[in-house]
Amino acid sequence: MPYYKLMAVGLVSLMLAGCPAQPIPDPDPVDATYGGDGGADTDGYSGQDLGDGGPVGYEDPSAGELSTVIYFDFDSSDVRADDAEIISRHAVQLSNSAGMRVRLEGHADERGSREYNIGLGERRSQAVRRMLLIQGASAAQISTVSFGEERPVEFGSSEGAYAQNRRVEIKYTN
Amino acid sequence: MRKHAIRTIVIAALLLGTARAELNIEITQGVGSRTPVAVVPFAWDGAGPNMPLNVADVIANDLSRSGRFAPIPENDMLQKPTSGADVDFDDWSILGVEAVIVGRVQQTGDNVYDVEFHLFDVFRHDHLVGYQMPASRGTIRQVAHRAADMIYEKLTGIKGVFATKIAYVTAEQQREGRLYSLIVSDQDGENEHTVMESKDPIMSPAWSPDSRRLAYVSFEGSKSSIFIQTLRTGNRVRVSSKPGINGAPAFSPDGRKLVVTLGGIDGNPDIHVLDINKRTSKRLTTHRAIDTEGTWSPDGRHIYFTSDRSGGPQVYRVSVDGGTPERITFEGSYNARPRLSPDGLKLAVVHNDRGNFRIAVIDIERRDVLVLSAGRQDESPSFAPNSDTLIYATRAGRDGVLETVSADGQIRQRLASGKGDVREPVWSPFARY
Repeated sequence: MPYYKLMAVGLVSLMLAGCPAQPIPDPDPVDATYGGDGGADTDGYSGQDLGDGGPVGYEDPSAGELSTVIYFDFDSSDVRADDAEIISRHAVQLSNSAGMRVRLEGHADERGSREYNIGLGERRSQAVRRMLLIQGASAAQISTVSFGEERPVEFGSSEGAYAQNRRVEIKYTN
Repeated sequence: MRKHAIRTIVIAALLLGTARAELNIEITQGVGSRTPVAVVPFAWDGAGPNMPLNVADVIANDLSRSGRFAPIPENDMLQKPTSGADVDFDDWSILGVEAVIVGRVQQTGDNVYDVEFHLFDVFRHDHLVGYQMPASRGTIRQVAHRAADMIYEKLTGIKGVFATKIAYVTAEQQREGRLYSLIVSDQDGENEHTVMESKDPIMSPAWSPDSRRLAYVSFEGSKSSIFIQTLRTGNRVRVSSKPGINGAPAFSPDGRKLVVTLGGIDGNPDIHVLDINKRTSKRLTTHRAIDTEGTWSPDGRHIYFTSDRSGGPQVYRVSVDGGTPERITFEGSYNARPRLSPDGLKLAVVHNDRGNFRIAVIDIERRDVLVLSAGRQDESPSFAPNSDTLIYATRAGRDGVLETVSADGQIRQRLASGKGDVREPVWSPFARY
């Protein structure tokens, strides 16, 4: 699975706006300023009610790598504040390169009924999808699939395992 | 003391007999008093020293696993009659045996047999049922289960389900990843065969009413599709592969339609009814909540389904003609994956019981809830076609295993697995004879 280097949001997107098919450059980390969290009323994003979830999946922008996994709280499809920034950066990548495609794979922890968990995983994929669309990605670039509880990354029945499994994986497919 | 030792040996022998099967059965909870019965070894009249299958063993095993009967060990028998005329009721009365089964297997040609059995009531000196059935090497196990079905129904008034099948999904960790298999076996775990294998998840098997086809969800190619596969031929047809969710199929009572969950491009799961031949579909719910896990009422007039429109998942029902869904479950924060008993009187759900996900049965008329299972993560309840027993998945350590439980919660049994994680059991309808 490829990973994508951090890109300078404002400047690079302006530079690439006219040439979407061009390969993405691999710039050095830039001290970019992010435009907040993309609007407080973004559907699927909740600026409050973050529960007591820690910053799992958050990576320091200066580290240079953009995380492709978004984690969620129990029975929630609200994107955490840190992850909203990560999704914004994916949205920028997508809007800068119309040929780029992502598949959003939603997952749930093992608790409860399997097909209902497919629904929960899809709801998480859709929360990420809506944020990508609002921030410039196009619908044709994004497909979603929910694996529910069928593809855990952590086996076992602890809260630690559950937290790792409640996720959306952003997979670039070309 | 002596009696106890003999019983242990006989139980060990019964277990050996099923050791090759993928699922072995142990009784985890039984009713206090099980009716003593005797299944006398059947006479063999044919070529070679042994009949193709020990029919009496299969019948005794079935009756024992029902949890309602205790077949006495062969060594305790004072006589071993093989025809009704030789049954001495006093000998059986002394042992406290209430019913005696005798019979014989006669070879009538190359790989053709007649299986005959008779059931007697010891106290009334009464012949309750006698039957003769043709069999081959390939069908004789099924014939023995059918004999057990008739005996069970005579003695309890409840139709036996020993000749029915189950389907389930297994997931095995292999070196290159997980291997998912869709398996069909006899309801006792014997005679299993693989219907479908995939490196991608397989989910939600559902029987057609004639037991000849299975619908299921497959994620091959990293997207969900619903297939219908004919068991005899292995032929399968992809009936739904829309963008997003294609899930939770269930056949209509007439076998012509499937209720399915479709997510669509916007990913909002709703209940749809799909006409299998015409390939047309009709959307039944439009709420922005998760609506899924549809199932038909036995009369085919309603769809029961899970929806979290009230906040958490609860069971609703809607007319197959559409309209406003009516909420059915109110007790507890989580009631999902509804399945109606074939007699239409009970509703099985996955129910949050003080933090544990357990199988519960709701009486449709009285609306009272009876929790049947005792695990932390129990799921996928499915009624046997006699409405008297359910099968579901639970956890033993990290792996999923199957359990059955009587609908009154009195008798619970585990079908221990030799292979990976076993889940999503579904009980077949009655076989058509």
